[in-house]
Amino acid sequence: MRSRSASAIAGIAAIALMATACGSDGDGDGGAEGSAEGTLVIWSDPERADAIQSAAAEFAEANGIEVDVQNVSFDDIQGDVVNAHQAGNAPDIFIGAHDWTGNLMRNGTVQPVELPTDREAALDETALEAMTLEGQLLGVPYTQENIFLMRNTEMAPDAPETFEELVEIGTDLKDEGEAGEVLAMAVGQEGDPYRMNALMTSAGGYLFGQDENGDWDPEDLGIGSDETIEAMEKIAEYGEEGEGVLRRSIDLENEASLFFDGEAPFFIAGPWNIGDANASDIDYEISAIPGFEGMEPASPYIGYQGFFVTEGSANSALAEEFVVNYVTDSDFIQSLYEADPRTPVQTEALEAVSAEDPNIAVMAETGENGMPMPNIPEMGETWEPLGVAQAQVIGGADPREAMETAHETVAERIGR
Amino acid sequence: MTADRPGTAGAPVQGAPAGRKRPGPSSGSPLGGQIIKILLLGLFTALGVWAVLPLYLAGVWWGIVLVVAVVALVYWVYLSKRTVPAKYLVPGVLFLMAFQIFPVLYTMSTSLTNMSDGHRGTKEQAIASIEAYSVVRDADSREFTLTVAVNGEPETGELVFLLTDSEGNAYAGTEEGLTDLVGAQVDESGKVTDTLGYTVLSPTQVNARSDELQRFAVPTDDGAGIRSSGLSSAFEGSAVRVYDQTCDCVEDTETGIVYHADDERGAFYDEDDRRLPQGWQVGVGLDNFLRFLFNPTFASSFFGTLVWNIAFAASVTFLVFVVGLAVALTLHVPKMRGKVVYRILVVLPYAMSSLAMYLLWRDMFNADFGLFNRMLGLQVDWLGDVWAARIAVILANVWLGYPYMFLVATGALQAIPRELGQAAQLDGAGPWQAFRHVTLPLLMVAMTPILISTFAFNFNNFNAVWLITRGGPFGSEGTTAGGATDLLITYTYRLAFSEATAQYGYAAALSVMIFLIVSVMSVVSLSRTKALQEVER
Repeated sequence: MRSRSASAIAGIAAIALMATACGSDGDGDGGAEGSAEGTLVIWSDPERADAIQSAAAEFAEANGIEVDVQNVSFDDIQGDVVNAHQAGNAPDIFIGAHDWTGNLMRNGTVQPVELPTDREAALDETALEAMTLEGQLLGVPYTQENIFLMRNTEMAPDAPETFEELVEIGTDLKDEGEAGEVLAMAVGQEGDPYRMNALMTSAGGYLFGQDENGDWDPEDLGIGSDETIEAMEKIAEYGEEGEGVLRRSIDLENEASLFFDGEAPFFIAGPWNIGDANASDIDYEISAIPGFEGMEPASPYIGYQGFFVTEGSANSALAEEFVVNYVTDSDFIQSLYEADPRTPVQTEALEAVSAEDPNIAVMAETGENGMPMPNIPEMGETWEPLGVAQAQVIGGADPREAMETAHETVAERIGR
Repeated sequence: MTADRPGTAGAPVQGAPAGRKRPGPSSGSPLGGQIIKILLLGLFTALGVWAVLPLYLAGVWWGIVLVVAVVALVYWVYLSKRTVPAKYLVPGVLFLMAFQIFPVLYTMSTSLTNMSDGHRGTKEQAIASIEAYSVVRDADSREFTLTVAVNGEPETGELVFLLTDSEGNAYAGTEEGLTDLVGAQVDESGKVTDTLGYTVLSPTQVNARSDELQRFAVPTDDGAGIRSSGLSSAFEGSAVRVYDQTCDCVEDTETGIVYHADDERGAFYDEDDRRLPQGWQVGVGLDNFLRFLFNPTFASSFFGTLVWNIAFAASVTFLVFVVGLAVALTLHVPKMRGKVVYRILVVLPYAMSSLAMYLLWRDMFNADFGLFNRMLGLQVDWLGDVWAARIAVILANVWLGYPYMFLVATGALQAIPRELGQAAQLDGAGPWQAFRHVTLPLLMVAMTPILISTFAFNFNNFNAVWLITRGGPFGSEGTTAGGATDLLITYTYRLAFSEATAQYGYAAALSVMIFLIVSVMSVVSLSRTKALQEVER
C-alpha cells in the first residue's frame, strides 16, 4: 500500500512541478521566429540588417509597432520563406531578388502590392516590370545590380571596345610578363551562367524567348537552339582548347584575388566587389562588358532586389504600409545605401547618391545593354544544367552535344 | 535530404547518448529516487504541455490525443510497480519512434505525392491564391487616399473606408457600397482626421484588424471593389479569375479561358494543357518511382553510381584504418620522445571544421592555382578528370578521417598488454608476425564496430563530395546521368533540388530507394558477420 500512495504523491508532485515550470515559462517571449501581431518581423541578409533596423526605427515609432530585423543568409531567404510560410511562421516582410517572383507566386507565398501612382512614377519602369508577373506587382524594388568590366588602369589605361580587343591587350601584357592572366572571369567546374550570359547574348545565344508582350516564354527554350550553339562555339574559341582566356580553374574563390593581386588586368566584377576594390591599392575603372566584334552588344543580367510582403502576415496592414510608403521613400533608400552601397532604382535617391559617388552613375551605364534576369518559375531549373554544359564547352567539349544535352535536361524538368 | 550533415569526415558521428529517464533506484535511497522521479516526470509533462499548446492553436486534435496518450503511458509505466521491463524499454522505444520510424514513414508517404514547389498546400489555398493574384486595376481605375475608420468600437465596429480622391471629394465606403461623406475634416495629404459618426483608427488599431482588412472590399459597379494598400491608399480593381464551384473550374473573365481542375495532377489546366502556376498537393501513387525506373539514362547510370559509392566508402574506410593504425603504432613505441606533441599534431585535422576543410581542399586541387599542382609541378586536372577527381575526393577524406581512427587505435593498443608481443618474439616470431598474429586480432575486436560505422557514415557522406566536386566531372550525358564522383545521396539531391526549387515527392521516392538499398546491404552484411562469428566459435 505504501508504495502505491507514494506513486500517487509522486504523480501529483510532478504535475504541480510542471505547473510552476509553465507559469514561469509564460513570462518569456514567445520565440523570435515568425510573425506575431505587434511586432513587424523582417528577414534580411546580415549585411543590410542593421541598416534596415535603424532606418525602420522612425516607421516603428510613428506606427506604434516594434520592428525586429532577423538575419538570414541571402541565398537561404527564398527557400526558408517558402517553407516557413507553409508552416505558418513566416516573417511579415522579407528582402529578396526579382528572379524569385515566379517561385514565390506559384507557392502563393507573397501578397501582391499596389503602388499609388506617384510612388510608382518615382521608380524605374524596368525594375517594376521585373518584379511583376502576370500583371501583379509582387515586391517593391529598391536597388539593382549587374556585372561589369573592372580594369587595372595601370596595365590597361583604356576600356576595350570589343572582347577581341580585351583579349589582345591582355595577351600582350601576359606575353610581356606583366600579367599572369588575361581576364578574371569566374567559370568554375560547374560553370557560371550568370556571368556567361553577357558573352552568350553578344554571340547571339539566348535562354528563353520572349512573346509579343515582352514576357518570358518558357515554351521557347533556347539552350539547344542553333543560335546558342553557335554562340558557345564562338566562346569556346577563348576556352581551354583555344586562347585559354576562359578557364574552369578560375572560379568565385580566386577571381577577385587574381585581379586585386595585379595578376589579371581585367575582371568581370559586380557591385559587391567595389568595397574590396576601394580598399585595395589597385587603380581601377569600370566600364561595360565588351561584346564580340561585329556582333550583338554583351547583355549582362540585371538583378533587382526589393521588399516583399508575406501572404497571410498577422501585420499585413503595417507590412503593406512599410513596403508601399517607406521602401519607395528616397530618405529610406539613401540610409540603406550608406550601409550597403547598391544602385537605387528610385529616381530621386539615384540622383542623390550619383552626385556623391561617380561609380554609381557609371555602374548604371554599364547596365544599359543589360536584360532583367527572367523571373518565371522555370528559370530556377536552368542554372545547373546550363552551367555544367558551359563549363564543359570551355573545357573543350563539343558545344552541340553539351548544349543539346543540357536542353533536354531542362526541358524534362520544366515539363516541356 | 538536406545539405547540412553535421559530423566529421571519414569518422562516424558519435550521437550523444540520449538523456534517458531511468527509474530511480528502488532499493538504496527510496526518497532520493522518488525526488528524481518526480522531477523527471514533471519535466516530461511540461514538455507535453509545451507540445500541446501549438497543436491546440492549430486545431490538430489527433496530435493532442497522441501527446496525451504518450504522457499517460509514461505516467503509467513509471508509477506502476508491475511494469519493470517497460521502465527500461519505453524511453528507447519512444526515441526510436520519434527520430527513426516516424521520419521513414513520413518520407514514404511523401514519396506517393507530388509535393513540390507549386504543389505545396491544399486546393482551397491554391484557389484563394489564384483569386488574390488576379486583382487588376482597369485603365480608368480610381485611386483614393485612405483613412480606415469604424462604425462603433475600434476593436469590434464595422470597418469603414474614408476615401478622398484627387479632386477633394470625400466618400465613405462600407461593405454595402460607396456613399458621399459630408462634414469631414481632411488634412493636406488627403487623410480624414475627424468626421461625424465614425471613429478614425490609429495605425496599431488598423494593424490589429489586418486579417479583416485583407478580405475587405468596397463594392463598386461590375464586381469591382475598392481595396486597401497599406494604411493610406486604396484602389479600385476587380478579380479577373474567379473560381466556380459548380464546374470546379477557374474562369479568366478577361481572356475568357476556362481552366478546369485536374485532381490527378493537382492544378487547373485549360484546353491546350496550359496550367495556372498555383497548384495543390495530390497523391500520385507510384509515379515518382516509375519516373526514374523508366528513365533510360537513370537506369544505366544508377548502377555505376552505386558501384562507385561502395568503392568510395570501402576505400576511404580501408585507407583511414591503415593510415590511422600505422600512425598509432609508430607513436606507440615506448622509447619515443615528444609523443604528446606528435599526438596533438596528428589529431589537429579532426579538431577543425570539416566544412571549411573540404572547401580548402577543393582550392588546393585547383588545376592552375592549386597547391598540389604548383608545389609538385604537376599538370593534373584534379577536378575535371574522372579518376583524378575520384582520387582527390578519397584523399581529402582520408586526411580528415584518419585522426579519428588513430585515436581509437591508440586506445585499443594501450589495452593490449605489451607482454603478449614480447612473448611472441621470444617464441621466435619477427615483429611483423607478432603484429599480424597477436596484436592485430586483439585490435580487431575493438576496431570492427568502428570500421562498420565508418563505412556506413561514408556511404552517405554528402559533404565530402558536394563541397569538393559537387558530384562532377560530368560526362557527355549531362547532369541527369550523374557525375564521376556522385554518391547516391548527392545524385538524389541534384535530381530533386535545383537552386531554390524543390521536388519533395520525387526526392522522397529516391530516398526510399536508397533506404531499401542500404537496408538490403545491412541485412546481408549483418547475417554474414553472424556466420563469421559462428565459424570462429
